[in-house]
Amino acid sequence: MTDTYIHPIKDTDATPVLTVKNLSVDFHLRTHILHAVRKVSFALHKGKTMALVGESGSGKSVTTRAIMRLLDKEARQTSGEITLHGDDGDIRITDLDPKGKAIRQIRGRRIALIFQEPMSSLSPVHTIGSQIGEALRLHRGLSKREAMDETVKLLEQVEIKDPAAMAKRYTFEFSGGMRQRAMIAMALACDPDVLIADEPTTALDVTTQAEVMDLLKRLQEHRGMALLLITHDLGLVAEVADEVAVMRFGRLVERGPIDDIFHNPQTAYAKKLLASTMRLERPSELRDRRDRTSDPAVLSVRGLCKSFGVTNWRGQEIHAVRAVKDASFDLYPGESLGIVGESGSGKTTLGRMILRVIEPTAGEIGYRETDGRVSDVAAMDKPELAKFHRDVRLIFQDPFASLNPRMTIKQIIAEPLVVNGVMQGVELEARVGELLELVGMDRGAMERYPHAFSGGQRQRFSIARSLALNPRIIIADEATSALDVSIRAQILDLLIELQKKLNLSFLFIAHDISVVRYFCDRVLVMHHGRIVEQGDAETVCTAPKEPYTKALLSAVPNPDPRDKRMVHRTKFVAEEV
Amino acid sequence: MLSYIIQRLFLMIPTMIGISIISFAIIQLPPGDYLTSVLAAMADSDVNFSDEQIAKMRANYGLDEPMIMQYVKWIWGIVSRGDFGYSFEWNRPVSELIWERMGSTLSISLLSLLFVWAVSLPIGIYSAVNRHSLGDHIATFFGFLGLAIPNFILALTLMYVSFKYFGQSVGGLYSPEFAEQPMSWAKFVDLLKHVWVPVVVIGTAGTAALIRILRANLTDELNKPYVLTARAKGLPEHTAILRYPVRVALNPFVSAIGWVLPQLISGITITAIVLNLPTAGPLLLRSLIAQDMYLAGSFILLMGMLTLIGMLLSDILLALLDPRIRFH
Repeated sequence: MTDTYIHPIKDTDATPVLTVKNLSVDFHLRTHILHAVRKVSFALHKGKTMALVGESGSGKSVTTRAIMRLLDKEARQTSGEITLHGDDGDIRITDLDPKGKAIRQIRGRRIALIFQEPMSSLSPVHTIGSQIGEALRLHRGLSKREAMDETVKLLEQVEIKDPAAMAKRYTFEFSGGMRQRAMIAMALACDPDVLIADEPTTALDVTTQAEVMDLLKRLQEHRGMALLLITHDLGLVAEVADEVAVMRFGRLVERGPIDDIFHNPQTAYAKKLLASTMRLERPSELRDRRDRTSDPAVLSVRGLCKSFGVTNWRGQEIHAVRAVKDASFDLYPGESLGIVGESGSGKTTLGRMILRVIEPTAGEIGYRETDGRVSDVAAMDKPELAKFHRDVRLIFQDPFASLNPRMTIKQIIAEPLVVNGVMQGVELEARVGELLELVGMDRGAMERYPHAFSGGQRQRFSIARSLALNPRIIIADEATSALDVSIRAQILDLLIELQKKLNLSFLFIAHDISVVRYFCDRVLVMHHGRIVEQGDAETVCTAPKEPYTKALLSAVPNPDPRDKRMVHRTKFVAEEV
Repeated sequence: MLSYIIQRLFLMIPTMIGISIISFAIIQLPPGDYLTSVLAAMADSDVNFSDEQIAKMRANYGLDEPMIMQYVKWIWGIVSRGDFGYSFEWNRPVSELIWERMGSTLSISLLSLLFVWAVSLPIGIYSAVNRHSLGDHIATFFGFLGLAIPNFILALTLMYVSFKYFGQSVGGLYSPEFAEQPMSWAKFVDLLKHVWVPVVVIGTAGTAALIRILRANLTDELNKPYVLTARAKGLPEHTAILRYPVRVALNPFVSAIGWVLPQLISGITITAIVLNLPTAGPLLLRSLIAQDMYLAGSFILLMGMLTLIGMLLSDILLALLDPRIRFH
């Protein structure tokens, strides 16, 4: 598979703004040379959107850095040319000195960049206005005051409320979506010909994502920019792209108009990528979809509340943030209950309160022990709580941060057993081996360290660790959101199988609705700390009753370019709470 | 911001009380008191006193009272009338002695701090931006050398250099001919000729430490996405680096005041003795040896206060520099 499969393009009258021909970039690492990008060619057209898709490590971002001549020190461009076409002739970007004046004239003025992390892509110690104004003063030679006026206009265009006041604020006073809007305003400041958006919405909630993409599309149409969208989310691609290029291991695997790629993929990899995305669009076939709500609940939460107080220096409470309001629900044995909501909706706080990592302000959590006795978790003392924690375990989001890099896999998985003094020696080793096999890993992994494994494998170890004490309930907080799509489905399948084998109950906290639909029996939708809707997962996901749920679902991108859901979404205007 | 500062000032009161108790306890820790050390010195020259005489002298100095009474009297004197007590050894009020020395101590300390900043900032930035380059290795080498060489050796070396090659008098802050004169332009020039030796000696270790800290911090910051944003905006390389990551990495520079200030004042004792500087260090050492309790106690108390002030200053500056701190 050395050549790119190129679907024929029907309308060839569009003028290219930027062409990339045979681009190759190598990374000179300490031990070997990594071919990050190999012979990649594509063109961007005026007013059109090209999506570059692929899993992590496929060379998408390196390609964009090469276009801006912003490659790291270790990277060498070994072949290829990048040309920027304009009214005043063509500029071969690849010939320019990466630190020279000529390329600086292009950066920010003719090619602009937006990238993933709205948290860290703006300086924390400068005001938003000064960061946007800087580009204006640099490229358009405006004075400080003119730049400020122009900045306010730009912020208005990206629909930031009260732009004059917001320009004087710092990034940490902005929410994720607002930062990304500010970032867009900065990129658009000098009316660039090409806008490169590198995973612009990955860190955002679906509704915010929909709004930001809407905005980008509108601005693109208005200004006739070419947009290069880098993403791993095929749903998003289907919603906004005109043309798609699929990358894998630094190579362009397949390229063509959006409809051809989605409905007539030619290469095995593109088919596989689409299949794993489409698989998450319906409930898993592995699940037996039995109604368990008639059984006695293993966990019943009633009227759970949490407010975080803000106190002044004398310890008096000034005002309180009510993170969770009056949450009531039941979790049945062998059931998966999904909790969905945007960031700040209180879903994580709810999960932590059940473990009593965060103390509830009010309410009770009834836990039915194996002998049928029901005890209130909220009133448990330390020894009882320790026992409860053996039955209820947690799987974390980030498989890289949640495993101690200085411990072997055996030590990591055995830790709960050792801490609780359950077993040791040969018995312990046998149990770890058994757990590893349970999560589909080889016993040989025991003596190795986490860094030797990929994200998906690490998440399997986290799962093995959570199973060590034979728990009855597992709380999975965004357990799959850090994984690539193809691996996501595998991990979810593993969890379903484990659930069937061990009769586990899952409390599955996620912001990704398709994952919840694939995995969960029932679902709770949270908004502003309140449970707005709960019920059977399939029903809630296909025929929601509450306006908020409707808006949330319609904002989820649909991986079918012939049925663009996000563009025609219903918007939810929150009543003040 | 103002309420924050007031709040911090109020919080300093209990800390100061704690420091005063501890510093008084410390000077009481060694066995005996000022009188024992005087008597021991007298005994060396065959002058002996009867027990009655000793008891009388002890009462004279107020040393026969219980420790708590001595402490209360001392503190009351400081709070009510700024009287830090009386130095037994020098036969002068403690405050007079200390103020005499504080001027030179503070000016040498501040000059050293400026020296530390002026040298470590450019070198630190260079080292971080050109990591593992020849220049970085050289800076690192000299940095470690600066950390490793004991101050008094460096002091002796520099004294030798300034005497041998610049023909200056050795030690002190002034040449002998200016020492007793009132301040004049000539005297000031003479001061400048002398002051560089202690400033370099005292500042070297701090410079080396700050270079390392800045290099490490800036290296972290250089890889942050916002630096890429700045470059993608089309900013020239040096502007992109100076305006963004350096600005964020500057925090340890400011917090350095908090620990550099007391360290410069107390930590330079050996250097000050070697260089014969009229600063507080040698006086403190002498008072501790002689068990001159009020002088030593007042010194430790003042040092504690300077540390607190230094911390407050650096916190205020940090808040001015970094909006994230200001808004929390």
